[in-house]
Amino acid sequence: MTTRGKVWKYGDDVNTDVIFPGKYTYTVTDRKEMAAHALEDLDPAFAKQVQPGDIIVAGRNFGCGSSREQAASCLKEAGVGAVLASSFARIFFRNAINEGLPLVECPAAIAAIEAGQEIAIDFERGEVEANGVTYRFPGLPESVMGIVREGGLIPYTRKMIAARKPE
Amino acid sequence: MGQTLTQKILARGAGKKTVAVSEIVDVTPDVVLSHDNTSAIAATFKKIGVDKVDRPERHVVVLDHCVPAASEKYAQNHKEVREFVAAQGIGNFYDVNHGVCHQVLPEHGHARPGQLIVGSDSHTTTYGALGAFAAGIGRSETAAIMATGQIWLRVPETMRVEVTGRFPQGVFAKDIILRLIGDLGSDGGLYQAVEFTGSAIREMDVGDRMTLCNMTAEMGAKNGYVEPDGNTAAWLKAHGVDTYEAVTTDPDAEIARTLRYDVSALEPQIAAPHTVDNVQPIGKHAGIKVHQALLGTCTNGRLSDLQQAASVVRGKKLHPRVRMLVFPASVKVYREAMRDGTLLTLSEAGAIIMNAGCGPCLGAHEGILAPGEVCISTANRNFRGRMGSRDASVYLASPATVAASAIAGEIADPRTA
Repeated sequence: MTTRGKVWKYGDDVNTDVIFPGKYTYTVTDRKEMAAHALEDLDPAFAKQVQPGDIIVAGRNFGCGSSREQAASCLKEAGVGAVLASSFARIFFRNAINEGLPLVECPAAIAAIEAGQEIAIDFERGEVEANGVTYRFPGLPESVMGIVREGGLIPYTRKMIAARKPE
Repeated sequence: MGQTLTQKILARGAGKKTVAVSEIVDVTPDVVLSHDNTSAIAATFKKIGVDKVDRPERHVVVLDHCVPAASEKYAQNHKEVREFVAAQGIGNFYDVNHGVCHQVLPEHGHARPGQLIVGSDSHTTTYGALGAFAAGIGRSETAAIMATGQIWLRVPETMRVEVTGRFPQGVFAKDIILRLIGDLGSDGGLYQAVEFTGSAIREMDVGDRMTLCNMTAEMGAKNGYVEPDGNTAAWLKAHGVDTYEAVTTDPDAEIARTLRYDVSALEPQIAAPHTVDNVQPIGKHAGIKVHQALLGTCTNGRLSDLQQAASVVRGKKLHPRVRMLVFPASVKVYREAMRDGTLLTLSEAGAIIMNAGCGPCLGAHEGILAPGEVCISTANRNFRGRMGSRDASVYLASPATVAASAIAGEIADPRTA
């Protein structure tokens, strides 16, 4: 699996309130509408201009704060191909995997990447390519990769339950 | 090598004798929390294609985030939650008249020492105050637990925070946890377990320990806890809980890092906009004009918190610019504060006594901020836009500091109020 896209660059500690404001958590339930509010309180231009496959690049602790899963869903629905960051907050990390949104933890690559440029990520090989330089990152643990390969936790769980049932 | 409290609880949940740090284990939780997000979880659960929730008695559902419903959409959401718990036989359901989940669960015996608790709320870490392993998870995985009964967790490293000394007058548990988050940063405890220990922790009641564990979420921690002791046992007994299996950390367990704090000279602390780790002693922010003062939430809505605020405002009037909102963390706290006169004192000072619930903490209702307004709050988050306008500011502090600031009309030191 690979993805190539234009970069949206942000700083450290991008929290889930600025990714998807709390005031919408029970009033906006349609996924398309969620995408329209993505990053609203951080970068109002993002939701209007994001293109399928675009990549968010950020610093440390991306997704900190509330456990709201819409922070991952709204980015996935907006077409974000991957989030590349120095580190991720733990619940966001889980939610993104469960929503099928690929995450890459690669601190070495962050500083050199600029907003608007195009970068490529190869998830199997564990490589980020930017400005002609290749940065390597460790893949996800095998037990978690199973969820990613099935496209998220719900399809994964359906498959697991189907496999349990006698024919 | 010995095991930490976290390792022992995760090992039991995984059906193993021991677990190693960074091992990924499939565990069976004892208690699973969800709140107003239960309707979204129910919709995801239906997609999995299983008809009945696995062991419904393990699930606890509390409506607290926007109660009573602020609009038709919220009302519909609550209605769907009620229908789901009735259809699935989830008996541990607490409707809009109970309070904030993180107060309601312990009060009703759903959070006990040694338990493995997960919840679709980031502040699920609160229950570590009773010696449980408690971590926040997402919605989809809560739905998956309903279907399979299990969840995967990584066994965290443990950071020990040893707190000694005596709290000076006007300085509280909230001040030390803000100081710690300020020192470590909002990712200073990322993926880790945080164990609070030391003489100052031993002297703390369970309520203050809840404030500490609650806010470990703001340093990225997976769970925070205090090993159960006599204070824990007394608290549980007072709440009618007498069956549990307490576990503690072995002396030779693996501790990644130890931090030491002496609170004897600690000053009141403020987390300034717009991150929780932007923490300074109160002097740096004294004099900043305040429009709203929020007392309550899962961080500081317990009886002792309300009493501390009441003792500051007793016989005084709020500054005319300030609207002060009081949200007891549960209806039990509400009634106790009503009986002992705490609510009367706060009301006579000019505060508005609200219902037990999350209130405006997450920007849903009951005290939203306009652009340019400033709120001083006992809650746990001050992110941009969190309490309404993205051009509003939220400062976090202890109940005493919030009360002193509500009287002064500007951020004020409770030691001199």
